Amino acid sequence: MDELLQHIVNGVSLGSIYALVALGYTLVYGNLRLINFAHGDIFMAGAFAALFASAGISLAIGPGLAHLLLVLLAAMLAAGLLGLAIERLAYRPLRKAPRVNLLMTAVGVSLLLENLAQVLFGATPRVFPTVLKEEAWLRLSRDISVSNIQVAVLAVSLGLMLFLEWLVRATALGRAMRAVSFSHELAALMGVPVDRVIALTFCLGSSLAAAAGVLVGISYPRVDPLMGVLVGLKAFVAAVLGGIGDIRGAVAGGLLLGLAEELVAGYVSTSYRDALAFSLLILVLLVKPAGLLGRAAPEKV
Amino acid sequence: MSAAAEAVLDVESLSLAFGGLQAVDAFSMVLRRGELAGLIGPNGAGKSTVFNLVTGVYRPDVGEVRALGRRVTGWRPEAIARLGLVRSFQNIRLFRDLSVRDNLLAAMHAQLPYGLLAGLLRTPAALRAEAGLGERAEELMGLMGLEARADEEAGSLPYGDQKKLEIARALAAGAQVLLLDEPAAGMNPRESQWLMQALRRLRDERGVSILLIEHDMRVVMGLCERVLVMDHGQKIAEGTPHQVQRDARVIEAYLGSKKG
Amino acid sequence: MRRHPNSLALLALLAAACLAQGAYALLPAYPATILMLCLINASLATSLNLVNGLAGQFSLGHAGFMAIGAYVAASITTPGVDLLGLAGGALAQGALAQQALFALALLAAGLAAGLAGYLVGLPSLRLRGDYLAIVTLGFGEIIRVLILNIPAVGGPRGLSGVPAYSTAFAAALFLGALVLGISRLVGTSHGRALLAVRADEVAAAALGSSPTRFKVAAFTASAAAGGVAGGLLAHAMMYINPSSFTFMRSVEVVVMVVLGGAGSISGGILAAVLLTILPEALRPLQQLTGVDLRMVLYSFLLIALMLARPQGLLGRRELWQLKGRP
Repeated sequence: MDELLQHIVNGVSLGSIYALVALGYTLVYGNLRLINFAHGDIFMAGAFAALFASAGISLAIGPGLAHLLLVLLAAMLAAGLLGLAIERLAYRPLRKAPRVNLLMTAVGVSLLLENLAQVLFGATPRVFPTVLKEEAWLRLSRDISVSNIQVAVLAVSLGLMLFLEWLVRATALGRAMRAVSFSHELAALMGVPVDRVIALTFCLGSSLAAAAGVLVGISYPRVDPLMGVLVGLKAFVAAVLGGIGDIRGAVAGGLLLGLAEELVAGYVSTSYRDALAFSLLILVLLVKPAGLLGRAAPEKV
Repeated sequence: MSAAAEAVLDVESLSLAFGGLQAVDAFSMVLRRGELAGLIGPNGAGKSTVFNLVTGVYRPDVGEVRALGRRVTGWRPEAIARLGLVRSFQNIRLFRDLSVRDNLLAAMHAQLPYGLLAGLLRTPAALRAEAGLGERAEELMGLMGLEARADEEAGSLPYGDQKKLEIARALAAGAQVLLLDEPAAGMNPRESQWLMQALRRLRDERGVSILLIEHDMRVVMGLCERVLVMDHGQKIAEGTPHQVQRDARVIEAYLGSKKG
Repeated sequence: MRRHPNSLALLALLAAACLAQGAYALLPAYPATILMLCLINASLATSLNLVNGLAGQFSLGHAGFMAIGAYVAASITTPGVDLLGLAGGALAQGALAQQALFALALLAAGLAAGLAGYLVGLPSLRLRGDYLAIVTLGFGEIIRVLILNIPAVGGPRGLSGVPAYSTAFAAALFLGALVLGISRLVGTSHGRALLAVRADEVAAAALGSSPTRFKVAAFTASAAAGGVAGGLLAHAMMYINPSSFTFMRSVEVVVMVVLGGAGSISGGILAAVLLTILPEALRPLQQLTGVDLRMVLYSFLLIALMLARPQGLLGRRELWQLKGRP
C-alpha cells in the first residue's frame, strides 16, 4: 500500500511535468495544426538556460525559493524568445505551404537544436545545480514521504496551469487565441492580429516547456542535449491522449501518462517504461483518435 | 418517364447536427431512374451537406440512405461510389498534377481493375485491359470536348474545362447516379447551354440519373424536371420548376436570405 | 504503358548487377565499401519514396523496418545465434549454399518487415498525416527498445560475426528490381490510383478507390523493401547494433528522399549517392573539429530545402523527363 502511494506521488509529479510540456504542444497545434517537433528540444533548452542562470544567480542567492523563482523566470524568458525566433524564421514563411513541409522543417529545427546543444555544451550529461535543498516534507507514513522538491513541482505546475486557464478564458488574448484556433480567416476578419497571436502562443508554449525543464532539472538533476527527445515524444502522446487542441485534455493526458508510467516501471519492468508511451499512443489512435476529452472534427468537404 | 421507374436514390429523414447547429433536418427525397432533378436553396441551406451525407463523407445522426437497391447508410465513400453513385465537388477536386487522361484513367480503376502482378509483368491480358481503359478515356474526353487537352496537367486547365473534367471523371468512375455540386458555377451562358445539353444527352443516351445542386436558375429551370428546395437544413418545397418558382415559402426563403 | 518486353528488362537488370559487381571487384577496399553503401542507401531511399513520395505520406520510422530486416536475416545466417543461426551456420557449406541461405534470409527479412509495416500502417494510415509521422517515429523506437532487450541477438552489445554474404551484385540487383518495379507501377492502373490518392484523398474515395487500402499497400511494400535493404546492410557491415537503427537513421533516409524530390525515383537515388559520398568527403574535417557534421548537415539541409526549394532537386519528375522546363 505504501509502495503504491509512493508510486502515485511520483506519478503525479512526473505527470505534471508531462502536462506542462503537453500544454505547449496543444497550444501550438490548436493555432497551427502543427505538431511542433522541436518542442521537446525547447524543453531541453529551458533546462540548460536554467543551468546557466542558476550558476549566475548562485553568486548572489543561495538555494531556496527565491533562487528557484529566479531560475524559472530566466529559463521561461529564454525559451520564450527561442520559441519566437523559431516561429518567425522557420515556421511563418511556410504558413501557406503543404503541411508536410512544415512538419519536415520542424524535424529539421529539432535536429538543429539538438546538434547545436551538443556542439555548445558537449554530449556528456551535466549535473543540475542544487536549486532547492531536498528535504522530506510530508510524511504520509513510515516509509513514504513527499519531498519539498515534489511539492515545488506540483505547486509550480498547478500555478502555471491555472494561469494558463485564466489567460485563455478570461483575457482578450485568450479570446484571440481561441478565435485563431478556430479559423485564421475568421479571426483576421474580426480584427485579430493573427501573426502576433500565433507568435505569442509559441512564446507561451515554449515558456511552459522551459518551466518543465527546470522542474525536471530539480527532480532528476541530470541534463543533456538529448533529454528533450523522449520527454517531447511522451508529452505529445499525453496531448493526444487527452485530445490534442484541448487544454484540459493536455493536463489530463499528462497526469494519466505519468501515473501509468510510474506504475508500469514499479510493478512491471523499468526497461519497458518508454515503450509504454508509444503503445498507449497507438492504442488511443486505434480506439479514439480524438483523445479522451477531444471531439472528432469532421473534415469540411 | 413513368411514375413506376425505380428509385435509384432514396433518402429517408436524414438529419445531421454540427455542434449546436442542425445542418440537415429530417431531409427526405427520392430520385428515380432517368430523372433530372435539382436541389436548390439559399447559401448555407445544407445542400452540400446532403450530398456529403448521401455519399458517405458524413455519417447521419438519424435517417437512412438507399442507393441503387442497397442500404448504404454508414458505408464508406469509396464503397458507395463503387455502387455507381458518384458525385462532383463544388470546389473542384481534380487530381491537379495528373494529366486529363490520367485523371480519367485513375477514376476507372475501381470499376475496371486488372491484376497488379499482371500489370507489373505487362502480360498480354494487362496490356489489353490498358488499351480498353485508354479507349474509354478517349471516348469520355470526346464526349466532354477535352480531347485537345488530353495530356495537359489538370491543374492548368481553364476553369470551364476543369468543370467538364470533373463530370467526365465521375462518368469514368461508372456513375449511374450523378450528384453534381454546382456544375455550372463560373460558366458563361454559352458554356451552361452546352452543359445542359450534355447532361440531357447523358440521361437520354446512357440512362444516367442526375441530381444537381445549382444556383444558376437558367440551368435549373431549363434542365430539371423536378426541383427540391432547401432552407435551414429542411426541405421546404418540391415540384416542377414552375410550381416551385411560385411557392410562397420558396420566395420567402430567397428574399429572406437577402435581408439577413 | 510503355512496352519494354520483360526479357529486355531482365537483361538490363542483370547487366547492371554485373557492372556493379565488376566495379566492386576492381575498386580498392575503401571506395568499394562506399559503392556498396551507395547501392544500399539508394535502395533505402527508393523504398521510402513509395510512401513519402508516391503515396504522399510522411513516415519517420524506416529505420525500424531496416532493423527488423537486418536482425531477422542475420539471425538466420549467423552461426552462434540460437536455433536458426546454428542451423543456418551448419547448412551453409560452400558458396552456392551460402548464397541460397542468404537469399532465404533476405526473403524472410522482407516478409517480417512487411508484416510489421502492415500492422503499423493499418491503424495509423486511417488518420491524418501528421499522426503517421509520430506513430512511425514511435514504432521505430519501440523496435529498437525491443531488440535491445533480446539477449539472443546480442542486445546492446549488438550482433557480430554476421557472414559477409552481401555482394554488389545482389545489392545492385535489388536496387534495379525496385526501380523497375516502381517505374512500371506508375504506368499501371494501381499506380495511377495511388498517385490519385496522393493528389486528393477525398476525391479518390469519391471515385471508388479506398485511400487507406492504397496507403497501407504502399506502406507495407515500402517496409518490406526496407527490411531487405536492412538485411543487405547487415551482411555488408558484418556487425549490427540497435544504435545503427535510430531515429537519426530514419531522418537520413527522409532527407535523401526530400533532397532528391519526393516522388522522383532517380532523384532519390541521386540524393542517396550524394549523401553517402559527401559525409565521407567531410570526414577529415569532422575529425578535425570533433563535431558530428553529418547531423548538422542534415538538419540544415532539411530546413533550407523546405524554406527555399521544397521540391528538392528533381521535384516529382525523373531524370529522363527533364526537358528544360524548370
